[in-house]
Amino acid sequence: MGTIIEIQQLSKTYANDFRALKGISLSIRRGEILALLGPNGAGKTTLISIVCGIVNPSGGQIRVDGFDINRDYRAARSKIGLVPQELATDSFESVWATVAFSRGLFGKPPDPAYLQRLLQQLSLWDKRDARIMALSGGMKRRVMIAKALSHEPEILFLDEPTAGVDVELRQDMWAMVRELRERGVTIILTTHYIEEAEEMADRIGVINHGELILVDDKAALMTKLGRKELRLHLQQPLASIPEPLHPYRLQQEEDNQVLVYHFDAQQQSAIAELLKQMARHDIEIRDLHTRESSLEEIFVNLVRKPR
Amino acid sequence: MNWHGITAIYRFEMARTWRTLMQSIASPVLSTSLYFIVFGTAIGSRMGSIDGISYGAFIIPGLLMLSLLSESISNASFGIFFPKFSGTIYEVLSAPVSPFEIVAGYVGAAATKSVLLGLLILATARIFVDYSIVHPLWTLLFLLLTAVTFSLFGFIIGIWAEDFQQLQLIPLMVVTPLTFLGGAFYSISMLPEPWQTLTLFNPVVYLISGLRWAFYGFADVNLALSLGMTAFFLIACLATVSWIFKRGYRIRS
Repeated sequence: MGTIIEIQQLSKTYANDFRALKGISLSIRRGEILALLGPNGAGKTTLISIVCGIVNPSGGQIRVDGFDINRDYRAARSKIGLVPQELATDSFESVWATVAFSRGLFGKPPDPAYLQRLLQQLSLWDKRDARIMALSGGMKRRVMIAKALSHEPEILFLDEPTAGVDVELRQDMWAMVRELRERGVTIILTTHYIEEAEEMADRIGVINHGELILVDDKAALMTKLGRKELRLHLQQPLASIPEPLHPYRLQQEEDNQVLVYHFDAQQQSAIAELLKQMARHDIEIRDLHTRESSLEEIFVNLVRKPR
Repeated sequence: MNWHGITAIYRFEMARTWRTLMQSIASPVLSTSLYFIVFGTAIGSRMGSIDGISYGAFIIPGLLMLSLLSESISNASFGIFFPKFSGTIYEVLSAPVSPFEIVAGYVGAAATKSVLLGLLILATARIFVDYSIVHPLWTLLFLLLTAVTFSLFGFIIGIWAEDFQQLQLIPLMVVTPLTFLGGAFYSISMLPEPWQTLTLFNPVVYLISGLRWAFYGFADVNLALSLGMTAFFLIACLATVSWIFKRGYRIRS
């Protein structure tokens, strides 16, 4: 899987001296779904806006499929579709007219058959002659996606695509994103819904205070940073933890009837030894279960970590 | 060259004109017709001729210029301001279109609307006032040059304006008074000194004078000077637009 977007040492300082990005470097693989997570004001939208040509960078370099976004901006931009966070639409235009406008703007000749298929896929065909102002918020969001896909881009940026949309539409969008990925489209999405990233992304990048804290495969991230918890329900309450078990830093809960052991991927093999030690000290177990940290917990831990 | 991009912007802007036909075409034609009725037919019939031309016919170039300037500015400024206001400008900025292509689309459409409107006003004027044009090709050239130049000027205002009030500020507070004082309703030779000399600092004088020459073969200022001033203003607008895109002024942070 080659690189489709190469970002090197990207920085952005706005006119009010706010440093939105501080030397971000990131390689985005062709055909992957990359989720960018980060709190409000972290720099996610600035990053996307620079790649798409809406905001000028202060420093650094970006190549889209080998094309420099400044020098070869035509080639670079023609490969990108953007669904912005805000519902910015031409209220008085019809759905068909606005989507046809987007296709033309990106230098593509008219293709009514393709636009018809696109609108049908997004359940907008019946609304093709409706004015955008007459559509619901969810429908407007679909129109934004149709506009972004009207020129058949190889890369799709989705900036908070499901913010404020109902569960049904969110599920539809997830299905559409998967379908696009299957067709080879590279998707970069920013989201506040960790569930969304967990559900769809191949890789996760976390941005905080204008810096890319990490970027890794979702599964690897969960394994590396995810904490697991083993809860051991005892037959009898345990007055005190025997000294040989102290290295495990067990916590006692529920009137000393439960022992809790926190571990990560590297410590997984220690469980067997822990259970042996407990048996040696005649600690009988009634029940046990494990729980894994969610991506949300990992994310919160990452952005809270003092830097 | 992204021809599809230019066409898309041009068609989009022209579609807005047809969608708002009453406001875009009917309203300016009606208001200019009222000028012809009041100044041309009612009051004009009681006034003497100027350089052998009836007063009603004399004011046609000035009134045409008034409509052309205000419509060119308003069409182009609104055309670029509204996407900024509504946020849809993101799409134009992220598209593979050059600054020249963006300007060609927006300014081309605004100038087309203005020229169409100008021709419609000329046809309407014929109902109220008897006139003939001595140099029709020069008339068309002046209409085109003025429409393009002031559409560019409107484009700059649309980029500069941060709210609807600012959008109206220059057309209402600067351009309209300059047009009224630029010889739309009188020949500047009728003014006493120092007003006659001071009026020569009003750039609209050269536009009206040039158009009046194209209509009737005489003018307040030399034709070459009129053309030179129009060309100078066109180049100044082009240079400003070029600077705007280079710096990203109020469009790209």
